[in-house]
Amino acid sequence: MKSFQEIYRKSENKITGIAAAPGIIIGEAYLFTKEKLEISKADINDINKAIEDLHEALEKSKKELNKIFTIAREKMDDVRAAIFEAQLMILDDPILIGTIISRLKEEKKQPEYIVDDEISKYQSRMILSHESYMKERALDIEDIKQRIIRNLQKKRWGSKIDHNVIVVSESLTPADTVLLSRNKVLAFVTDHGGITSHAAIISRSLNIPAVVGTHNATEQIKDGDKIIVDGFYGYTITNPTQAQIDFFTEKHNRLVELQKGLEELRDKPAVTKDGKEINIYANVDVTGEIDVVVASGAKGIGLYRSEQILNETGEFPTEEEQTLIYTKLSSRIYPNSVTIRVFDIGGDKFRFLDYQEPNPFLGLRGIRLLLENPTLFKTQLRAILKASVNRNIKIMLPMISTLDEVHASNKLLEECKHELKEKKVPFDDDIEIGIMVEVPSVAVMTKVFVEHIDFLSIGTNDLIQYLMAVDRGNDLVSDLYREFSPAVIRTLKHIIDDAKKAKKPVSICGEMAADTLAMPLLVGLGLENLSISSATIPYAKRIIRNFDYKKSKKLAEKCLKFTSQKEIEDEIQKFFTDNKIIRTRQII
Amino acid sequence: MIEKKIRIKNSAGLHTRPAATIVKMAAKYKCDFFISRNGMNINGKSIIGVMTLAAEEGSELVLTFEGDDEEVAAKEIVDFFERGFDEL
Repeated sequence: MKSFQEIYRKSENKITGIAAAPGIIIGEAYLFTKEKLEISKADINDINKAIEDLHEALEKSKKELNKIFTIAREKMDDVRAAIFEAQLMILDDPILIGTIISRLKEEKKQPEYIVDDEISKYQSRMILSHESYMKERALDIEDIKQRIIRNLQKKRWGSKIDHNVIVVSESLTPADTVLLSRNKVLAFVTDHGGITSHAAIISRSLNIPAVVGTHNATEQIKDGDKIIVDGFYGYTITNPTQAQIDFFTEKHNRLVELQKGLEELRDKPAVTKDGKEINIYANVDVTGEIDVVVASGAKGIGLYRSEQILNETGEFPTEEEQTLIYTKLSSRIYPNSVTIRVFDIGGDKFRFLDYQEPNPFLGLRGIRLLLENPTLFKTQLRAILKASVNRNIKIMLPMISTLDEVHASNKLLEECKHELKEKKVPFDDDIEIGIMVEVPSVAVMTKVFVEHIDFLSIGTNDLIQYLMAVDRGNDLVSDLYREFSPAVIRTLKHIIDDAKKAKKPVSICGEMAADTLAMPLLVGLGLENLSISSATIPYAKRIIRNFDYKKSKKLAEKCLKFTSQKEIEDEIQKFFTDNKIIRTRQII
Repeated sequence: MIEKKIRIKNSAGLHTRPAATIVKMAAKYKCDFFISRNGMNINGKSIIGVMTLAAEEGSELVLTFEGDDEEVAAKEIVDFFERGFDEL
């Protein structure tokens, strides 16, 4: 058996990227590209044959979509699956198909040209619209158009992903990731994106290994290539040698063994060696994820990103649809609780708005957008209230930067409660409302904010980005986005201390909590509640059960005195070595 | 010919699900069915057409029905609009 160094260092067939979701996978690559299909405008002679071809392509498309529709109904609720039903209806649209056939007879051009031209007309009308969701709808139509044309060209597409593959792509939108995860995806490899990109977050939540930010994986990997994905170190190996296959197969087997061990941790609490218990909750992004949460041994859902519903459906769900989704959520997780974060739209989350903001991250996002659109906000609040009869739902407000926003939100909540009382609709009158701490203005004023809310949750991704003035998606400065910066650690300490003084629960729900390296420091800073992706929970438990709280407290005290990131990182590494804690990626 | 002016009542507007329901209803009848808004005239039997209509809460549409069974068709479809697509 060759050593790790030999396998990695000397190999010229490896592509280095960022380890985004853990796991080892050996499998076949599937290049997921969205390049435009070549469309022929050539003249045709045999019109009957063309019409026959068109009908055949439509039937083939229907078959493919029916399959997706079935999977969607299994994995998601009916509301979200409805989008595929509409797509299926387009394939039977008498007006659309009728026009295409009469144009075929008249113009005598390739059917793919006429299909493209005719459907594009509808799309351009949608794009012109000022309604926000119409651009999303145009993308859905693009999907159906591409499907028909592909089938006209007799290119296989949908069927390719019928067997287990590793999806290799330039980048993946949240919608792509959800869509692809419905298929048999073994792993994701992308050219762009970082550890906090949505593709990475969703991969972790669905337990699918991922390597992102490889820069040129799509150029180096060909469709059907055998590749190895190492989601612990962030390597992808193309056309592996037998020695590499053996090495990673062995590694994979050890991982399976380790996971069995982690499963045993499921029902054990996250307690430090000297008996301090840490409450671990799960972050939830996708509908199909609740089962994973229940299986992970989480104490409940610490962060339900409700804007994910918009990503999946492409439009705002109605009050009834939302009530249904939240009610399901509440009963599935009962007797544990779920914290629903109201729509956090804007920034990089969703291209929902028509107007282009010069600085979206400093613009109309989160609570700002909701307070600008009180109808939308109240619809969601009423839906949450209606679903709260089990008394296990909490509301969380994103992107709070001023106290006025808290007051305004509380006022709207009171209005909704009043409306429901008038209609005699039951709900939890004592529903707790909390805020995300992700803007430095809130961190500084924690003491004041805690008087007006029930709980706090620190969103480290944005907090670090705003504190350090670094766009984490910008490759030129992303090096400055640092979790272990002395400023970040001191800010965390300040928030935690002030919340504890007021006896208000404080948790952390950013990706920093998912970094097992940060675990002893966070616990040492006094955090008792963590919300992380369910796939990471057993790993976090394993680390927590391996150190003393007293020692981690000393570690935090030391780190609070340091003035550089390097000193802090070295101290944390030393803590792991001194206490003989082994991180998962070193075991396998 | 029957012409009816209606107003969108539900908060989500004419979104994909009611659009699909309307087209399914219209398909049962022989009469022509058109929806017009802001000068745009859409065949109500075409799902892709109806999906291009961005009709938010409060917007006004004109529905026209023409053909043998126009009365029954108008009743069922206008009722569906009046009920706010059963989402109120």
